[in-house]
Amino acid sequence: MEIFGVPTQALFGQLLIGLINGSFYALLSLGLAVIFGQLNIINFAHGAQYMMGAFCAYVLLNELAIGYWWSLLLAPLIVGATGVVIERLMLSRLYKLDHLYGLLLTFGLALVLQGLFRHEFGSAGLPYAMPEQLTGGRDLGFMFLPNYRAWVIVASLAVCLGTWYVIERTKLGSYLRAATENPALVQAFGVNVPRMITLTYGFGVALAALAGVMAAPIYQVSPTMGADLIIVVFAVVVIGGMGSILGAIVTGFGLGLIEGLTKVFYPEASNTVIFIIMAIVLLLRPAGLFGTQK
Amino acid sequence: MTSNAAAVPIARTSGVLRHQQIAFLAMAGFFLLAPLVVYPMFLMKVMCFALFACAFNLLIGYVGLLSFGHAMFFGMASYTSAHAAKVWGLTPELAILFGTACACLLGVAAGLLAIRRQGIYFAMITLALAQMVYFFSLQAPFTGGEDGIQAVPRGKLFGLIDLNNVWAMYAFVFAIFIGGFLLIYRIVHSPFGQVLKAIRENESRAVSLGYDVDRYKLLAFVLSATLAGLAGGTKAIVFQLASLTDVHWTMSGEVVLMSLVGGLGTIFGPVVGAAVIMAMQNYLAHLGAWVTIVQGAIFVVCVLAFRRGIVGEIAHAIRKPL
Amino acid sequence: MKRRWISMLAGAAFALGAGAAGAQISDGVIKIGVLNDMSGLYADLSGPGSVVAARLAVEDFGAARKGMKVEVVSADHQNKPDVGSSIARRWYDVDKVDVIVDVPTSSVALAINEITRQMGRAFLASGPATSDLTGKACSPNTIHWTYDTWMLANGTGSAIVRTGGDTWFFLTADYAFGHALERDTEAVVLKNGGRVLGKVRHPFPGTDFSSFLLQAQASKAKVIGLANAGGDTINSIKQAAEFGIVRGGQSLAGLLVFLTDVRALGLPTAQGLIFTETFYWDLNDQTRAFTKRFSEQAPRNIYPSMIHAGVYSAVLHYLKAIEAIKTDDGTKVIEQMKKMPTDDPLFGKGTVRADGRKIHPAYLVEVKKPAESKGPWDLHKIRATIPADQAFRPLAEGGCPLVK
Repeated sequence: MEIFGVPTQALFGQLLIGLINGSFYALLSLGLAVIFGQLNIINFAHGAQYMMGAFCAYVLLNELAIGYWWSLLLAPLIVGATGVVIERLMLSRLYKLDHLYGLLLTFGLALVLQGLFRHEFGSAGLPYAMPEQLTGGRDLGFMFLPNYRAWVIVASLAVCLGTWYVIERTKLGSYLRAATENPALVQAFGVNVPRMITLTYGFGVALAALAGVMAAPIYQVSPTMGADLIIVVFAVVVIGGMGSILGAIVTGFGLGLIEGLTKVFYPEASNTVIFIIMAIVLLLRPAGLFGTQK
Repeated sequence: MTSNAAAVPIARTSGVLRHQQIAFLAMAGFFLLAPLVVYPMFLMKVMCFALFACAFNLLIGYVGLLSFGHAMFFGMASYTSAHAAKVWGLTPELAILFGTACACLLGVAAGLLAIRRQGIYFAMITLALAQMVYFFSLQAPFTGGEDGIQAVPRGKLFGLIDLNNVWAMYAFVFAIFIGGFLLIYRIVHSPFGQVLKAIRENESRAVSLGYDVDRYKLLAFVLSATLAGLAGGTKAIVFQLASLTDVHWTMSGEVVLMSLVGGLGTIFGPVVGAAVIMAMQNYLAHLGAWVTIVQGAIFVVCVLAFRRGIVGEIAHAIRKPL
Repeated sequence: MKRRWISMLAGAAFALGAGAAGAQISDGVIKIGVLNDMSGLYADLSGPGSVVAARLAVEDFGAARKGMKVEVVSADHQNKPDVGSSIARRWYDVDKVDVIVDVPTSSVALAINEITRQMGRAFLASGPATSDLTGKACSPNTIHWTYDTWMLANGTGSAIVRTGGDTWFFLTADYAFGHALERDTEAVVLKNGGRVLGKVRHPFPGTDFSSFLLQAQASKAKVIGLANAGGDTINSIKQAAEFGIVRGGQSLAGLLVFLTDVRALGLPTAQGLIFTETFYWDLNDQTRAFTKRFSEQAPRNIYPSMIHAGVYSAVLHYLKAIEAIKTDDGTKVIEQMKKMPTDDPLFGKGTVRADGRKIHPAYLVEVKKPAESKGPWDLHKIRATIPADQAFRPLAEGGCPLVK
């Protein structure tokens, strides 16, 4: 059977791959959106922190024989802790200045982190074994879906929805959202706003690291794995609306699907389609699809 | 992004101008004499990147717009100049002119899209546009993809002077650099430049005074893009190679770093910044990844503690603009 | 304004007065520059191992005994043509390097080929694959050692087509090497009566091949030709296994596979892979002896790939040529290397052709099954030997301007 001259097998297969890519876009842009929403800083180091999550899992496995499932918990905690340190020591000094300085600082940090890991591990990709419980796959008829990739979709959906729920529907989330709008007032109510900001940054970083651990078995663990991905994720966040959680999730998955579609019908454009969409959105709706003009 | 130029009086007394004249002579003198002791290819590289950084700085330092995609102008001019010299056989000055013209057109197209936004959004949209140019360069047949355009002939300047002679090439690059630098100086110290500064300081007041702010910003953007293209085209002829590195976003990041280190919003800052960063890359090249680490560390330190940059600090100390 | 005129006059004066800054005569030292990928996806098949190979060659030549001073330097070109050409220029201009060796990335190799020709030095290309180096880009200053895309296509490609793999789909690394390998293999497939059902280019280096592999699967070609190398090949094969491609009945043809790749893949995944190479550590006593010395000094004690062997062989022959004509002028040494037949413990006896192509026999190799292997590096079995005069592209077909 064919749709627009393309066999459905190819179409659905690429869409599914697109959904898998979209899972990573969604997870990463979620972290970025959380950070931007709270701190008004574009965290250029997000890609490097994603990479650190993957390396953390790699080291945990090869040095301490700690497997994938534990790494899912430990790596985000460890990398999130480094995020907390970064925020305390460096980012907090920049809040009074133009927001672009935050961008430049995190850009510099990204270079440092990437360079350190490249120095230590070389720039070739390192293998990370897939967890045994998730090897193999099932034949869906139109393609063979490896179990691990199915897990990626399910897990990231769960994390995204969970985060959205916490931020939009719980009391803690309401404090966070209030502090974004009027930190002084919230502090006057007795909430420790600086600490909340620090932990928010740490949480965003932890989300990046979680994405890194999930990426380790399928994409090789390499110091440059986050570098080119982060630019795409920026585009996703901008399209979705810089501080919007829902926007990040929906746009992340959506753009993954669009990229998959483009690969089928017009593969040459598959790299640029996200940026083209971003340019259009910025012209028509500068605050993004789900964002609110600040 | 406000620089400290606002805090320093820009009164046109002869004392102020003399300081800048001295600095200019020192810079020109350095580049004239240094090739006797320092590897000329390295100095030519510094001059190309210094011009690139000066062009970038025009936008950030004097208009207040941080472009994170300037590599697209540098790289596209590099490719088109290389193509013109190699495939069409144009003489080097025509090839570079062609490349610069292409960068200008790209600047108009990008500027029309990007100028409407400010701050973070401006940075993001320039980054996105630059990524589109990168992927276009990756796939377009004429750029040669990963291989780049290689074996670009140096050619004969004006059909007469063979640029394979390293001294002739050096003199040509020096002339372009000084010319571009003086052009930027002229732009900044003209009525046009004054309006740009006014827009940076207080855009709404400039609007209320009747200036068409968007047109000024667009013009500044296109000028900045054109001069970045001039640097890119020259670089392609000097190194006889145009490659993907020239359009990659890390190149945009490098030029930001050079301007930051040298001093945003100062005339001589980007030149000093380019020299420092190129020298550092040279010294640490054999240490591989350390170059990236040190560059990142310099970024972090500059943003946290050294925002004025080298020339900015000097200017602040002597209380005169540089 | 006045300043600009003065500078231009000064420049013109320089241009008229100064002499050419061309090639330098050696200053008593033969400096060998090993330029390759030291930390990226080709680091294991070339990288620091090539430096070890070069040093072993200098040692075996006995430079010290013969009163010749030889120095080996090295640098990382990061698989980028601009980085590689900057290093080459600086080496030739400032550091007085006489010969550049290795360069395993074809796009960088083409750039080095050009610069070496311009500056009259020597380039011993052990690492790169593109057959253009002895074709339209051939140069009197370059010798292409070890292997090339034509040899790989002819060895592997024709062997597979003749055993029934007559429909192909190519997964190609999008740079000079990938294109050349795809082009040469396609020609062989078509010549042997096969068909090419489709091609897809992946970015270099790539990470996720899933969407490309899916396209390959959809094409239903019997053979999926991997026109890539190093880490890219390893990842393509691993991800193909993940997506059940081989289980679905298609077979993978690794068009360029090295010993170190097979080791990284592991025998269970790699078994049955068929490819062509020109050196294997376990061929005879001499290769085994070299391997022992090499792996003692190599990082992580790896065994030599054919590129490492090529570096050794090339450096040895280069030094012998210098000994014969007593000068290290690049063009003259290369000419001498073409006049002298080669003989070294790794490739045996061979020759260097007028177009710069080094000729030696090639071996069709199959990866052993895990049960057949008796040691961690006992990975290949030799299926056939392709004699030297048939392994490489005939002299007349290359289109090299040096060949009249």
